[in-house]
Amino acid sequence: MDPVIRIENISYAYPDAERPALDGVSLDILPGTFTAVLGSNGSGKSTLAKHLNAILTPAAGRVLVDGLDTADEQNLLPIRRRVGMVFQNPDNQIVANVVEDDVAFAPENLGVEPGEIRRRVDNALRQVGMYDFRLHAPHLLSGGQKQRVAIAGVLAMDPAVLVLDEPTAMLDPRGRREVVAAVEQLCRERGITVVLITHHMDEAVRADRIVVMDRGRIALEGAPRDIFSQGQALRALGLDVPDTAALIARLNAAGLDIDPGALTPEACAAAIKEALG
Amino acid sequence: MLKDITLGQYFPGDTPVHRLDPRTKLVLTLVYIVAIFLIGSWGGYALTAAALAAVTALAHIRPRALFRGLKPLVFIILFTAVLNLFFTPGEDYLFHWRFISVTYTGLKRAVAMVLRVMLLVSGTFLLTYTTSPLAITDGLERLLSPLKKLHVPVYELSLMMCIALRFIPTLIEETDRIMSAQKARGADLETGTLPERARALLPLLIPLFISSFRRADELALAMECRCYNGGQGRTRMKQLHMAGRDIAAFGCGALFVAAILILRRLGI
Repeated sequence: MDPVIRIENISYAYPDAERPALDGVSLDILPGTFTAVLGSNGSGKSTLAKHLNAILTPAAGRVLVDGLDTADEQNLLPIRRRVGMVFQNPDNQIVANVVEDDVAFAPENLGVEPGEIRRRVDNALRQVGMYDFRLHAPHLLSGGQKQRVAIAGVLAMDPAVLVLDEPTAMLDPRGRREVVAAVEQLCRERGITVVLITHHMDEAVRADRIVVMDRGRIALEGAPRDIFSQGQALRALGLDVPDTAALIARLNAAGLDIDPGALTPEACAAAIKEALG
Repeated sequence: MLKDITLGQYFPGDTPVHRLDPRTKLVLTLVYIVAIFLIGSWGGYALTAAALAAVTALAHIRPRALFRGLKPLVFIILFTAVLNLFFTPGEDYLFHWRFISVTYTGLKRAVAMVLRVMLLVSGTFLLTYTTSPLAITDGLERLLSPLKKLHVPVYELSLMMCIALRFIPTLIEETDRIMSAQKARGADLETGTLPERARALLPLLIPLFISSFRRADELALAMECRCYNGGQGRTRMKQLHMAGRDIAAFGCGALFVAAILILRRLGI
């Protein structure tokens, strides 16, 4: 399968920084997959995200979205339409003061015909479970609801890839669950490629693949079961393992035999129940 | 406490007045303002007041809300009245004492001016009471769209207004938060002389400004990521449609202006 985003050995340094934020990163994002990018502060994970839709362009190497080079100005709009980006603070992404008008912003910018905009807006709001709130004022919604509106605003462009840059960092636990559930559903049921930048390990367990960044490089890469069984290596990178992985490791050390891939709370509970007979 | 501030004071509703196209309401408000300045007889004032009362009733707006809108203007209204009452030249004295004199003409003019200001302000308030700020912005954008040919950035202006409206509650919330934070550190925002209080506002305003700039930066980035590149080639999800009721409203407006002019001619 051809990757939807191909990152070829890119490097990038912010002006006046002592060391590069990205230093020779290569990565292929396959269509329909859910990739989580982990890393401590300053590891370069947000910088990497900003390269995926040409907010930043690499100093060396290149990024191809559906074969389009992000360094070419001509490709800017087609790339942004294909790769939607959701940021940390939902308040600073919402433009209009009615939910449905905000979701309509992107297709309006793209010059989509009014009837089709209506259809896309309703669709996008249903996909994130916010259709009933379409006439509400955004500032009266909870953090998790606002962030789901922001996701709908991006979905209305009909993107192939959804990049989320720490979308849950400012949310309470309930808001986090809502957003992660919506994102996972978009990937599994609608086939949208998801790249989730996060520092919450329990969000990363739902991904197909995990990329761990450290000082501008990819330190670890693999399926969640392989990454989270390396507790030592993760801790050395300033990260932790999810509670489920820690629990499984301790139970297995005590003589049980539980599948280290059962990392979501539901799967973990089922695996333990089975192991205990 | 800052949360109680409402801007534009829109009362949502589903009356014929609310359902009118915002363009119709904007144009008719303009017509109404012009008509007020064409009034030339007491009958005209009575008719205008009656029309205003009728629209208010039709929109299910309580008259008290209209009077409340006039409250901040009490000073201007009184000032207009006093100015006209005492400084209208004339010979038909009602009252004369040393250099203070009130003429019959002055009294008439004062009453007329006060009525004019009150009718004018209540009429425009009726517009904001029955039309959401967003609809007003939208209507203005479309009414002014011929100016695009003269390279007036009509769409950008309306987007600015829309974003400003969107961020008012967010910034009020933030101000509240900064105020609490500064009070927790012993800042005194409520007592002291005026210059002292103005100085005490600095630790409030500086963080607010800095955070607004950061917000603006992030919002611009988010807008670019959603393919914003100016007003060109943009479409709108919501199309405005002139309906039968809009035509009826224009008809009423025309009748109203005609009646004002006839009353002026007849001097009733």
